[in-house]
Amino acid sequence: MDRRQLIFAGVALCSLAPRPAGAASAELEAAVRDFTGGAAPRDGRVHLDVAPLVENGNTVPLTVSADSPMTEADHVSAIAVFNARNPQRDVAIFHFTPRSGRATVSTRIRLATSQTLVAVARMSDGSYWTTQSYVIVTLAGCIEES
Amino acid sequence: MRRALLLVAVTVASWARADDPRRSGFDFMSPGTQAMQRDDMQNPGMLWVQDGEALWNAKAGAHDKSCASCHGAAATSMRGVAARYPAFDAQKGMPLTLGQRIDICRQRHQGGTALAPESRDLLSLEAYVSLQSRGMAIAPPDDRRLETFRERGRRWFEKRMGQLNFSCAQCHTDNAGQRLGGSVIPEAHPTGYPIYRLEWQGMGSLQRRLRTCMSGVRAEPFPMGSIEMTELELYLAQRAAGMHIETPAVRP
Amino acid sequence: MARTLIDAPAAAKRGDIVEIRLLIAHAMESGHRAGPEGKVLPRDIIRRFSCRYGGELVFSAELYPAIAANPYIAFQILATESGALVFTWEGDNNFAQTETRTITVT
Repeated sequence: MDRRQLIFAGVALCSLAPRPAGAASAELEAAVRDFTGGAAPRDGRVHLDVAPLVENGNTVPLTVSADSPMTEADHVSAIAVFNARNPQRDVAIFHFTPRSGRATVSTRIRLATSQTLVAVARMSDGSYWTTQSYVIVTLAGCIEES
Repeated sequence: MRRALLLVAVTVASWARADDPRRSGFDFMSPGTQAMQRDDMQNPGMLWVQDGEALWNAKAGAHDKSCASCHGAAATSMRGVAARYPAFDAQKGMPLTLGQRIDICRQRHQGGTALAPESRDLLSLEAYVSLQSRGMAIAPPDDRRLETFRERGRRWFEKRMGQLNFSCAQCHTDNAGQRLGGSVIPEAHPTGYPIYRLEWQGMGSLQRRLRTCMSGVRAEPFPMGSIEMTELELYLAQRAAGMHIETPAVRP
Repeated sequence: MARTLIDAPAAAKRGDIVEIRLLIAHAMESGHRAGPEGKVLPRDIIRRFSCRYGGELVFSAELYPAIAANPYIAFQILATESGALVFTWEGDNNFAQTETRTITVT
């Protein structure tokens, strides 16, 4: 049994072609700046909950949240999620109001390959906060060619 | 109109009986994917089950009958049915899979057009009918007419095939639990079909999955609906006898 | 009409924060994927989700192709008064769907 053959046989026709690492980080920074209007976000207050290793990049559970009392005077107005290596940077932008009660949202996303995810929260006082997570994406052993 | 289906958050930690060494594909999945299957409110397969329930109750075909017209409430009439398929059909003189059985009913008794394999309607009906056996043990019928087909199915399972020259058994029996590429090799028990496969981002049948396996070893896959597929399904059901049905399962 | 699975509480106490979970059947065709003939399939996604409570927008989301097929969203709302929860999905090719649930707040 040739190991190389085995691994090669398992490689799928990738449905999302990942971006090369170099180009990605510049675009990612640009996407974040676009959301913050040029301001540099500070680390903290926003959380990304995603598994460090996923068995399939097509459907990755993700929870994003930010610490805030969610009052009229002090609340999270939006959280944006960006990625480094999908064909485009944006994943989603979630808009909250004080009537949200808590700034937390769960969804499922697509990841073309192992990469960094970035979350940026915009607070009602105009400040921006950020965090990031790295996710390793593995592929199934037997994948049909689409 | 509210659907009659009772959605239950299934909280079993594992689908295996304590004394059974066999493991469902569920046990090989990451906690995130397991969570997706456990809760009916989060399981995308339940979208197809809903469709299936609607189709079950909708009048169709030249005879203007619904499945319910003859079978009544699926929760009663279909309980245990998926657990004993594939089954021998006397009229056709051969074993049929559940999907084929549903399609025959559609044509013969409802006077409807054929339901194409892997079509949304057929998968939905299959998912809805199979759901009625969820939690029950796979119980292949003790029917002597199935023996030759089942035996052929076993031989397919153990036969080397494709450019990679692997048999199903080499990966799924001899090396289950080991890794292929980045993933763990499961034991290949058809406990949750039709499944919502993350790779497909949709619902699919056991035969679709088997075709993928065969392409994986670079073999010419058996055609959908072929007798070879039924034979394999029969053997796999025998091999998984006693394991619990999980339909609609989620799998990577 | 796309199939949906909606988990929204029918009742809550004033001041409770309750979770709402929704699944909707939609392929979320990314626009980056090639079909069987090798041609790229055009983008066809849900672009926006919103939740109105008692007529007021309380939560919304802008979705991009990186959101997985059959999109799942779970978020929270502060139970303030009895009323209608109106969920709307909008997207490419004039996709528009609205589902309503009622919440009784005591």
